[in-house]
Amino acid sequence: MARIVAGVATSHVPAIGAAIDLGKTGEEYWQPLFRGYEPAKQWIAQAKPDVIILVYNDHASAFSLELIPTFALGCAAQFAPADEGWGPRPVPVVQGHPELAWHIAQAVILDEFDLTIVNNMAVDHGLTVPLSLMFGQPRQWPCPVIPLAVNVVQYPPPTGNRCYNLGKAIRRAVESFDQDLKVVVFGTGGMSHQLQGPRAGLINRQFDTRFLDNLTADPQQLARIPHLEYVREAGSEGIELVMWLVMRGALDEKVREVYRFYHVPASNTAVGHIILENE
Amino acid sequence: MENRNPFEDIPGTTLFDAQRSRQGYHLNMFCMSLMKAENRTAFKADEAGYLQRFPMTAQQRDAVLQRDWNGLLALGANIYFLAKLFSTDGLSFQHVAALMTGSTQAEYAQMMRSGGRPIDGNRSKSEWNREALPPARSAAACSGSLRPAGKLGEALDKHRG
Repeated sequence: MARIVAGVATSHVPAIGAAIDLGKTGEEYWQPLFRGYEPAKQWIAQAKPDVIILVYNDHASAFSLELIPTFALGCAAQFAPADEGWGPRPVPVVQGHPELAWHIAQAVILDEFDLTIVNNMAVDHGLTVPLSLMFGQPRQWPCPVIPLAVNVVQYPPPTGNRCYNLGKAIRRAVESFDQDLKVVVFGTGGMSHQLQGPRAGLINRQFDTRFLDNLTADPQQLARIPHLEYVREAGSEGIELVMWLVMRGALDEKVREVYRFYHVPASNTAVGHIILENE
Repeated sequence: MENRNPFEDIPGTTLFDAQRSRQGYHLNMFCMSLMKAENRTAFKADEAGYLQRFPMTAQQRDAVLQRDWNGLLALGANIYFLAKLFSTDGLSFQHVAALMTGSTQAEYAQMMRSGGRPIDGNRSKSEWNREALPPARSAAACSGSLRPAGKLGEALDKHRG
């Protein structure tokens, strides 16, 4: 039986990817951020997941306004890094896990979560930056990755509660998969940030801290946060935090926080990172 | 007049909702076309001519030519699509964010290093007005030079318009 053992949440700021790709991680601006991910790298080297399910959003790379799937599950054998306008990031091609991905798609659709199945999809910084933060710059990513793209660009994104419940359905699907696999779920994006308009640069440390606290203390409360509150309190792009709730929903009711890191700024964004293990 | 859409009360913020998506469809698809190198080259060679390929309004075309970022948001552009345009110009998210707030690059970068724009005073339009500047920095960072009020006022007007 496959099982989900842990959840990882992290911001996926594109400037972090650029800093890694351009060899700037030792610069004074970036040093504190990358130092904060060192314990996470050690943790994942020991956790050694067989598969990662990575919840992220596409930023008008694979999907334009022609097609806007609310939830899109990558079922392909591999996913190429997207050219986001300045050439693809120099990172390995992402290997998928078609067998498990198709199993999840079928199981959650019959469980009344109507995912879009994707067989051809480039993956942008939303997916590759979290991999870089956790694994550095290997020749190949150490395990297969199943991308789950969530629309948070076109309002309205799915509700936090829907994301939380999708996480639960994914867990049921994983646990009904007939292979002995250790799965880690990544929820990415956030934390508070606003990239646009005269209020750009908004950061709300208090909101972010409470969010991180409640991932263990009261995830149901997080699932009830309305979109209006995300946009007002965490900024127009802070609404990406609903994606963390897919990860949280896939874990046990009670989890142990094994690591947390918070840093301002990376470009326009508050960077948050947490690792949760099932007890 | 009372705001019926509660999102409209959030200051300095444009929600990319159904109405803006319909209004900005061709504008955003123009931006998307800049993902291809040959299109970037064609656009740079003749911006106004290239824009004629897309059935956008004259106002949207003008806003592109002027790089009126807040104006583009008001005309239905989404920030991730605008990113294709400002990347073609060689500008970063942070650079354009600073322009949208009417700050200089140095002021904006300093604000972010000092913890970002605080939430207090930035939740509701009732906390902003034409005379007062939006709280841009933490108290600790307030000793620097004043931000350019005229430029910001202009940015706000465009945003509200």
